[in-house]
Amino acid sequence: MADLANFERDAMAYMDQLYRAALRLTSNAADAEDLVQETYLRAYRGFAGFTEGTNLRAWLFKILNNTFINTYRTAQRRPKIADVDEVDDLYLYHRLGAPTSASAEEAVLNRLPDTVVTEALDDLPEQFRIPVVLADVEGFSYAEIAEITAVPIGTVMSRLHRGRKALKKALYEHALAEGVFAEVEPTGGAR
Amino acid sequence: MSIPAHVYCHEAIEELSSYLDGELTEQRRQAIEHHLHRCPPCEQIASFEVELRRVIADRCQTSVPQDLAARIRAALDGEAGAAR
Repeated sequence: MADLANFERDAMAYMDQLYRAALRLTSNAADAEDLVQETYLRAYRGFAGFTEGTNLRAWLFKILNNTFINTYRTAQRRPKIADVDEVDDLYLYHRLGAPTSASAEEAVLNRLPDTVVTEALDDLPEQFRIPVVLADVEGFSYAEIAEITAVPIGTVMSRLHRGRKALKKALYEHALAEGVFAEVEPTGGAR
Repeated sequence: MSIPAHVYCHEAIEELSSYLDGELTEQRRQAIEHHLHRCPPCEQIASFEVELRRVIADRCQTSVPQDLAARIRAALDGEAGAAR
């Protein structure tokens, strides 16, 4: 068994990040706590197999993801992403009236409350939510996400692309439903 | 220094995510950056995307429950004790 003091010294520094991601995977604080604890137990049991000097953060997130997939994930919700192919990359930008200055876009985006963002993320089917959270919240590279989720890098890129489009659509719909934005006439292309 | 390759607006928009993700080759990164500096509509879109990402990451910040670290350390102690 790995030396506990060494493991704790190295691995516990990532607890905040693991909990933040766990919360987006499980959408539930109690399950997120259990998931992080189980991740640390599994990581400790497997720590002898971890090569010192390699990417400990990605290794821990891989265990988190595997534990979630194997233990905590609920029955796959019916994917709501089917219609995302009709959403273009600039969906939100145009729906928000194509703000023409940094201060205008900051003003409109800063009105998004936490709940709108987290609920929009939680709406994404897992296969899209996981890469979006790993990239946009945790800042992992495509190669790291491919390693964490055990899929080819091309699949990561495709899921990220579709997931981000679906997130923009969900953000807009949640924001409208909560009265954060008034519906505006989408602007035309900005090219 | 070579002149960056010409980039059309639709190419800049298509590659914007990879550009912002830091996943383009250095040559392509420079070409997209060059385009954005010279094309206000595309630069505005890039700026919106950057701000959107900042807001998404910011809204996902959360405080960890106070007793979680202690709970994990206790579970790890139990695991280490059982293995001895």
